[in-house]
Parts: sequence; structure tokens; C-alpha cells
Amino acid sequence: MPELTDILNSIVLLLNFVFVPALAYGSQLALGALAVTLVYAILRFANFAQGDTMAFSTVITILLTWLLQKWGITLGFIPTALLALPLAIVATLIYILLTDKFVYAYYRKQNSKPITVVMASVGVMFVTGGLVRFILGPTHHVFADGARFIITAGEFKSMTGLSEGLAIKTSQFLTITIAVLLVGFVFYFLQKTKTGKAMRAYADNQDLALLSGIDPNRIVRVTWVLVAILSTIAGVLYGLDKGFMANAYHQMLLPMFAAVIVGGIGSPMGAIVGGFVISFSELILTYAYKKFLIYLLPEVWQPDGLVQFLGTEYKFAVSFVILVIVLLLRPTGIFKGKVI
Amino acid sequence: MAYLSGKNMVAAYDQSVPILNDCTIEAKKGELAVIVGPNGAGKSTAMKVLLGMLKASSGSITLEGRDISKLSVQKRISLGLAFVPQTDNVFPTMTVQENLEMGAFLRNDDISQTLEEVYDLFPILYDRKNQLVGQLSGGQRQQAAFGRAMMTKPTIMLLDEPTAGVAPKVMDEIFGNILNLKKSGRAVLMVEQNARQALEIADKGFVLVSGCNEHTGTGKELLANPEVRRSFLGG
Repeated sequence: MPELTDILNSIVLLLNFVFVPALAYGSQLALGALAVTLVYAILRFANFAQGDTMAFSTVITILLTWLLQKWGITLGFIPTALLALPLAIVATLIYILLTDKFVYAYYRKQNSKPITVVMASVGVMFVTGGLVRFILGPTHHVFADGARFIITAGEFKSMTGLSEGLAIKTSQFLTITIAVLLVGFVFYFLQKTKTGKAMRAYADNQDLALLSGIDPNRIVRVTWVLVAILSTIAGVLYGLDKGFMANAYHQMLLPMFAAVIVGGIGSPMGAIVGGFVISFSELILTYAYKKFLIYLLPEVWQPDGLVQFLGTEYKFAVSFVILVIVLLLRPTGIFKGKVI
Repeated sequence: MAYLSGKNMVAAYDQSVPILNDCTIEAKKGELAVIVGPNGAGKSTAMKVLLGMLKASSGSITLEGRDISKLSVQKRISLGLAFVPQTDNVFPTMTVQENLEMGAFLRNDDISQTLEEVYDLFPILYDRKNQLVGQLSGGQRQQAAFGRAMMTKPTIMLLDEPTAGVAPKVMDEIFGNILNLKKSGRAVLMVEQNARQALEIADKGFVLVSGCNEHTGTGKELLANPEVRRSFLGG
């Protein structure tokens, strides 16, 4: 039998390398997936531009952060980027509304098939991605300032006397806190406010919503406002956590889509749950359990290899496999969304 | 003088052959007007044109003498028109209460009194007010649909085949509800498949055939008309 401290060490190890990162990454995915699912429910197309929209809003935030830092305005231990958020949301909203005016509005008027609008959104994705790379290039940028950790591994070790440390990064703490608040706000908005209910009504039965006097243009605008808020915050939180790189944002599209489909397309609750299903699966399957097992197993059974199910470079395969399994076994997703 | 009147309406979907050809429909306050006719006669289309869901290429549509043919659906709703479609006439993933609230979307005043009226008329809706409408039975759903339409405090209600696909017992109940709507001083205009029952309770009937008014008269006149009986009522 392993000793109590060994068990505690193994648990802290998993918390530190799997649970906390998965919670943070899952929150970022959930916010992005929520935006995808809202667009699907209201505007009836899968928005391929979501990842690159998040990159765009992050680029704006980075530029504003640099400006603020140049003026010497910072937020102490909190990243300056948070101060730039509101303005970045507005800028993102303007960009999204322009794409709506010049791209999506046309197809809405034509009553185009969803696949046509999806293809248009692929176009918006490439243009946005190009714009992002034009401004900041394809390279890696770190824009997180302030205190890097809430608790460092060292502090945790000296506090508890364990040999494993549980580090909580400021970005992780902020991600989880802000995500909880934002999701709470979005759900309150959808469930309790008149506009939110009108959005749900419009998603439920578009023709009857029109007959009830709900203005579709307003519903579309409000949806884009929510998408701008969610995308900017999701993008910035991801960037604070992992640094900004245009391609990483572009690639987030797959796990976000997977989250939406796993949770149930068009279901806000499904998008949140789906986000965490994807993030936890990715981290659980790509973590190397060698050290964890060393704590728990008798010496003779201890592994020589890394005991890793998949290399981290295969993490996108996880989203793909979950996607395929869900589509085969339960195409409506966990929360009974629409079937594609 | 008719309250809502659509005169000589001509309308087509996507520039194809017109569905409505010189069709006239009128409804008065406190009266029930019924549109009957064979499948494809343009009954529902006439209603869509009156509501503004489909633009008429010619003809006039007036409400209390005011031309409303250029107004949007929403505008017409806010002027007192209410419509209960034949299918998809509720928000299935929302509760009964939320459905009614959505009916009152355009109103900014206190809706509690109208809510009470609807619940008085359909007590079952009060018992189920926090249930999702998608979980209700067909008849209850129809009541929720009526309730939703009543929330705008409409002066005229347009009903598209309100008894389609419901049990005969429920049908009587629905006709009873419709007579109540009429008694409350509203104008009611409905499209109905069950022509005989509908004409029995109707004040005015319009028999449409391929988009034209074939016969027009009071319910009794039409029921007594041998030609109408032979062609539409089965003798």
C-alpha cells in the first residue's frame, strides 16, 4: 500500500497537470462554443469564422494593451489586457457587424441554404485570419503582465509539506472566474430578460416569432453583440493563458465545433458541458502518467515508459474521435440539440 | 362596413401562376367569417396576404378603412391583427407562460390582466403554465396557440384551420372557444376544412375555388345553397 503522502502527492500531481489546466482550457472552449451555438440557433449556420474572430479580438486587445503599457497604465497584479477588454469588445462588434452587413445579411435576405452561408463564413474566416496575420504576423506573442501566479508550486509545497506543488496561474484563475460570471450572465439574459426570451423564441420558431412582432434584425444584432463579448473574452483569456499565435486560434475551431456537437447543437448548456468534455478528454489522454504511477505503485510495478495514451501533438485527434463517436451514437448530443 | 377587408386581391409565390385571382375577403367586428373551399383554392394564401406575409400584386387591404397593404407583418400585428397558424403555432421549448409573454412582445404596458383573461378562458393553461409547450397534448397546444395570439389584445383574429388534426371532442371545444372570441367583440376570420360545422356557426362564409370567390353569403345561405352543398358539403 502506498503511504498517505504518496496518495496526496499523486492527487496534487493530477490536479496541477490535468484538472486545473483542463478547467481553464475548457472554460475558454465553452465560451467560444457558446458563441458558435448561439449563431447556429439564431442565424442557422455553423460559423467557421469563430476561431479567427477570437484571434481578431485578441489582436485588438494586444494592441490596446501595448498602448496602455506605453502610457504607463497597468492594473497591478492583474493583466492590463483586462482593462483593454471593453474597447476590444466594441471593436470586435464593429468588425462582426460589418461582416454581417456585407456578407451574411445578403444570404439572409436571399433565404439561402445553411451550407451556402457556411461557405460564406469560411470566406470570412480566411479574410479575418489574413487580417490578423497582417497586423501581428504569424509569430508567438505573450501579452500577459502582472503577477504570473496566484499560488506558485513552491509556495504550495512549503504550505503543505508535499513534494508535489499545485500552481495556479493568474490567467487560469481569471479564466475560470470570468467564465463563470459570463456564462451566468448569458443564461440570465436568455432565460429572464425580454430580449433573451425573444431570442429563444426566434430560435424555436422563426415564423411565429415574426408573427409575435419580434424584429428579426434586432435579434440578429443582439446575437452578434453576445458573440462579440464571448469571442473577445474567450480569445483574450486563451491568449493570457497560452500566449497569442494566429494559427492556434484558427485551430481552436475544431475543438469548439466538437464541443457544440457533443453538447447538442443550438443548446447553450450543451456548449458549456461539451467544452469541458473536450478539454478534459484532451488532457486526460495526452498526460504522461509515469510520475503519477510511481507514487501509487510498488517499486517492481513502476513503469519505465511515459504511460501516455497519446502524444500532445495528437490532441486534435481527441476532438475528432469524440466527434465521430457522438455522431454515431447520439447525433443530437448530450442535451438533445438539432441533428445536422 | 367591414372591419378588415381585402378586396380583389391577386397574389403569387415567386412570380409564378397566381394563387389568388381577384379574391375578396371581409370580416366584421363581433362576427365570425369563414373561408372554405377545396385544397389548393388559396384559402391560407388569402390569409397570408391579409397579414402581409405575402405581398399582393394588386387589390386593396384595409383595416377600419385605413390602407394597410404596404405595412409589414409586425406593424399589422401592432394595429390589432393576430394570427394562429395551422402548424408550428407555439414555441415548443418555452413554457406556457413564456409563450404568452412572447405573444405580448410588442406591448409595453402591464400584461397581467390579459394573462388572467387567457387563463380564465383556458384554465388548463394556468395549471400547466410552467411546463414546456412541447410537452402538452394537441388540444392544449392549440389553446396555448390561441392564448399567445390573444396576448396582443387583438381586434381581429385570423385562424388557419384551428381544428386540423384534433379529436372531434376537442373540435367542439375549439369551436366553442372561437365563438367566445367573437362574443368578446373581436372579428374572427378562419380558414376551415370542416366546412359544414364551420358554416353552421359562421356569420359570413367565403367559398374559394382556384383563387376566386365562387360563393359568398351568410353561413345559413351557403348551407342552403344547393350548388355549395353538392360541390363542397357532400350533398
